[in-house]
Amino acid sequence: MDKVYGRSSLLTDNVMHYCPGCSHGTIHKLVAETIEEMGLQSETIGISPVGCSVFAYNYVDIDWIQAAHGRACAVATAVKRLQPDKMVFTYQGDGDLSAIGTGETIHACNRGENIVVIYVNNAIYGMTGGQMAPTTLLGMKTATSPHGREAAIHGYPYKIAEMVSLLDGVCFVTRQSVHSPAAVRKAKKALRRAFENAQAGMGLSFVEIVSSCNSGWKQSPVEANHWMEENMFPFYKLGDLK
Amino acid sequence: MEEIKLVKGNEAVALGAINSGCDGYFGYPITPQSEILETLMELRPWESTGMVVVQAESEVASINMVYGGAACGRRVMTSSSSPGISLMAEGISYLAGAELPCLIVNVQRGGPGLGTIQPSQADYFQATKGCGHGDYNMIVLAPNSVQEMYDFVFDGFDLAFRYRVPVMMLSDGIIGQMMEKVSLSRSRPRWSAQEIRSMSDDWATTGRHGSRARNIASSLELDPNEMERRNLDLQSRYRSIESAEVRFEEFLTEDAEYIVVAFGSSARIASETVRMARAEGMKVGLLRPITLWPFPSARIAELADRVKGFLVAELNAGQMVEDVRLAVDGRVPVRHFGRMGGIVYSPDEILNALKQEGRSNG
Amino acid sequence: MKETLIIAGFGGQGVLSMGKILAYAGVVQGFEVSWMPAYGPEMRGGTANVTVILSDSPISSPIAHEFDSAIILNQQSMDKFEPAIRPGGLLLYDTNGITRHPTRTDIRIFAMDATEQSARRGMARMFNTMVLGGYLAVRPVVDSSSVVEGLRLSLPERAHKLIPDNEKALAAGAELIKK
Repeated sequence: MDKVYGRSSLLTDNVMHYCPGCSHGTIHKLVAETIEEMGLQSETIGISPVGCSVFAYNYVDIDWIQAAHGRACAVATAVKRLQPDKMVFTYQGDGDLSAIGTGETIHACNRGENIVVIYVNNAIYGMTGGQMAPTTLLGMKTATSPHGREAAIHGYPYKIAEMVSLLDGVCFVTRQSVHSPAAVRKAKKALRRAFENAQAGMGLSFVEIVSSCNSGWKQSPVEANHWMEENMFPFYKLGDLK
Repeated sequence: MEEIKLVKGNEAVALGAINSGCDGYFGYPITPQSEILETLMELRPWESTGMVVVQAESEVASINMVYGGAACGRRVMTSSSSPGISLMAEGISYLAGAELPCLIVNVQRGGPGLGTIQPSQADYFQATKGCGHGDYNMIVLAPNSVQEMYDFVFDGFDLAFRYRVPVMMLSDGIIGQMMEKVSLSRSRPRWSAQEIRSMSDDWATTGRHGSRARNIASSLELDPNEMERRNLDLQSRYRSIESAEVRFEEFLTEDAEYIVVAFGSSARIASETVRMARAEGMKVGLLRPITLWPFPSARIAELADRVKGFLVAELNAGQMVEDVRLAVDGRVPVRHFGRMGGIVYSPDEILNALKQEGRSNG
Repeated sequence: MKETLIIAGFGGQGVLSMGKILAYAGVVQGFEVSWMPAYGPEMRGGTANVTVILSDSPISSPIAHEFDSAIILNQQSMDKFEPAIRPGGLLLYDTNGITRHPTRTDIRIFAMDATEQSARRGMARMFNTMVLGGYLAVRPVVDSSSVVEGLRLSLPERAHKLIPDNEKALAAGAELIKK
């Protein structure tokens, strides 16, 4: 009998703490598979953020550094500069990367560090209980925008992938999702391309993955996926930006 | 032949970094320490020793680059001056929490706030009482010469790796900006990847290989029992440091009736005060703590049994004086003399303070 | 031997580099040396000063409240440092821009018009070396070969072609002070 699917050996046996319906589990799986398929387990160092994916190090069996909130790209810069033959990636959420860590993100991009940045954008702070993120859509209700996000009070949602695509040090910017089998396959291809870019020393690759947070959005997982397609994708358009 | 150079304290730090086998320096310009980054960029050590030098976008980024480099088992460092160190406080706490070794150089200027670019020693509390949040200590070395700015880079890395703690070199604008002769004969190569693996394979994030478990550099632990155990482990390490690593220097204390306690640049100035006092027949000695943490409390307690009083001279409103008072424990008077805002006292000002001290004690 | 010297004037007059040349000359002659600038925003026209100490024993304090010698190159510095020279010490000043000349009688005072003379001889950029030449003529703490070596050590490689001109400026300064 042909084997049609196997669980990546890089995924640990730890039970994930993510809410049912969360996208992180799928994305972790894609990262583990990509590293395994490229034969890079002993060569890869991951940088985990502060936020829901702070414990990513419990699930993917590689060396990890847990960074202070927002600082993953600075941490990754040193790890890569000091070990140029290693594969270095950050795994960050929207609060970590595009709020508190904007500076570190932009400057690592601008320096063209040969790293991969995986950016999970679900438009909300999950870990702390559903507060507004910089990427929260206008009108969206969160714990700190209980009447819906209003531009006059909270400013506008912003597209950091578009911003970093303008920087010379960035070689690849793409926006993906993992809400359907087809989307998962595309997202994995994008991750593979990003890791290959880092291997080839082409500069920084930025992979945004638009995700749902059904707990934070107070929806069922299925509702959340529909809501994401109807509301998130028109604003955060999927596809390669650079 | 021994190589003697005339360099600024800040330049000595840069040379010390290259010659001590430092793997990476990450920093951001701020007066009065920018010569450290400038000198490194001028000398381009990546072409000689392979040392990495990065001008970061902020002090926050600098210390987090240090965090990343330290996690890889490398000798890494940063430098800044007071306001920049405040920005690094969070990262230093993370380094302590994740048990990572590194060297942080603070060439102090006067505060609070943006303050002044002139010299000060007002970051004593910040350096010795932790700096960031949580229960932790850094080993704090206080150089008083350009030579020590060079040597303490070596010593700082050695201590950092011996105990896997962050080490701070607490200097100031005087020592950073002044030029003196320095011997550069002390030198060692960077560690090879093999050496790093053999020393640090149980914790350094160099890539999970073979059968070793994955290494995780992290200060996070949500289980309170486990978190307390980690804290107790850190505390027992700090007790070991306190028993083994106290460093101080004494000058004419054998027969002294009064002791001036001063660190760093103040100790240089106060040593001239002691000479002047002796010339006037006053029995005055100097105790210079070299490590500010761990503090030479035991030695000060011994001296307190046989002297009439202490004068703590420091360029601040009275910080180290608290540690001296704790050590003296009320047995004899402990007074403070300081200047602030970037004003530097001269030896005779300390002498006047000493004379007032003598008068008030009869 | 111990010489505690303050050199004070405007930024752009070469105050710090003059001190550096002397400090290097001290190193060449085997002295302990310290060079302690009053540092600040690096701009021309602001005040600049440096304390240089040469000594045959280790230097305790690089900060001094009293000086053996002072080289004064502007009025503010004259006002500030004339009183800080120890009795029997030396004050050398450039007369350019000085409206209140020194009045102390317990120190040796020398004046030179190095600003004027250096400009007249096309040596304006070597004004500081000329002043240094004047100082060393009346206070020979280091010998002239050490000063030339000090020049070589303190100037960047690309400026070494200027050493012969600087030597001329040193000699011109020594001549000037004798007059």
